[in-house]
Amino acid sequence: MSALYIARATQVAARSLDGEMMIMSAKDSTLFTLNPVATLIWQSADGHTPLAQIVEQKVCAEFDVAMDEALEDAEKFVSDLAAHGILLASDAPFGSATATQEGAR
Amino acid sequence: MSLMQEMSQRALDRGVPIAVQLDVTYRCNERCVHCYLDHDDHGEMTTDEIYGVLDELAEAGVFFLTLSGGEVFMRRDFLDIVDYARSLMFCVKIKTNAFMIREKEAQRLSELAVQDVQVSIYSHRAAVHDAITLLPGSLKRSVKGIRLLRAHGVKVVIANVLMMQNRNDHGGVKELAQELGAEYTIDPTITPMMDGNRAVLRLGLGVPQLQEAFRNSDLIGDAEEFCAPPPQVTDDVMQELPCSAGHTACYISPYGDVFPCVQFPLPSGNVRRQKFMDIWRYSDQLNEVRSITLGDLPVCSGCGHAATCSRCPGLAYMEGNMRGPSTQDCEKSFARTGITTANMRRKQTNQMTSGLVQIAAALAPRSASA
Repeated sequence: MSALYIARATQVAARSLDGEMMIMSAKDSTLFTLNPVATLIWQSADGHTPLAQIVEQKVCAEFDVAMDEALEDAEKFVSDLAAHGILLASDAPFGSATATQEGAR
Repeated sequence: MSLMQEMSQRALDRGVPIAVQLDVTYRCNERCVHCYLDHDDHGEMTTDEIYGVLDELAEAGVFFLTLSGGEVFMRRDFLDIVDYARSLMFCVKIKTNAFMIREKEAQRLSELAVQDVQVSIYSHRAAVHDAITLLPGSLKRSVKGIRLLRAHGVKVVIANVLMMQNRNDHGGVKELAQELGAEYTIDPTITPMMDGNRAVLRLGLGVPQLQEAFRNSDLIGDAEEFCAPPPQVTDDVMQELPCSAGHTACYISPYGDVFPCVQFPLPSGNVRRQKFMDIWRYSDQLNEVRSITLGDLPVCSGCGHAATCSRCPGLAYMEGNMRGPSTQDCEKSFARTGITTANMRRKQTNQMTSGLVQIAAALAPRSASA
């Protein structure tokens, strides 16, 4: 399975409130809040670190959760946010010539 | 409870200023007859000072940032300020008259993904609008600016301040907003000058005009519900906070002065001399504002409108007492329901008593010392 890279969309507003991220889409003014695990993934979405590495090194290190389960949840979360244009997902690091984005529209 | 209300409640519980309005200038190319500002520049914050304030606001947890003025585009660095604010991930709202928005500005605001741009339009008729802004050609230019923003996909909200001069034009402005693909809001509130001068209030709607507006379903939705008698005042209502000013929101002037709200000019500190968070947490003025619940208001706590009144503590402050009534809001409550407020009854009693004293004085025997 190829690695999945994630980057925060620039067309959103975001702020952490009491450890949870508030995100508003400029496109349709929809407000989202992320739980602490999702917030950690969002904050780690630098476009260069594979999602699996984020889950292993940050999520599993900070929360008491098994890697397989955490990765499955993280992939679903990424897919949901990518569909709303909140997060960008690609099979190559962002900025590289081969990056194919999902959810960038 | 909506997600937005949930987040606001959480911000309130944690003492987080979730919304701040920053006026970047008081200078303006228009001279609106009802404006509450002095348009001279008394030493605006520099670009770097504003960047520093924005850093502090982001650190403090501010999410909603409204950039306003004056006319924001009087500052040549305004788009740089918006750019910097967006790099800090604020949800940016802008208030402007749109007069100076050309292709470049519209495109940049679109690229920067600002949440919305609010433009004041007073009338769909140039003669009326321009007579309020005192700038010939202003309606034409503002509409052109709105069209450019919309062409670039920027959400626009047309704010229609209602006053005597334009009281019959709200329908036309609403149609104009629809044609432009903009949202439409009305506001019948005229604010006293920040120096306390109340002369501009004479321009506002009187009770008969408010009554007419409040019964117009096109303006306020369900008129029957809007104008319904107020529900009974319960103990829970007495514990309620007047509004978000000083609790989860505040205002910063172009000179760095911090106030609870743009309509509440109680000086609470200055970001040029103090850290924003120190002002937010420790200002005696903001803490006094925070300490006030509805039950602490000597007149309003005994008013039947308490549960539904839109009493603005800032307007009350400008009337002389932040714990007192706001006559403008009393008039709105009366115009909605036809039921007098405690403040109105108190004033009537005072007038009657005052009359009796004058009569008594006239009847009293004069001293013979002369």
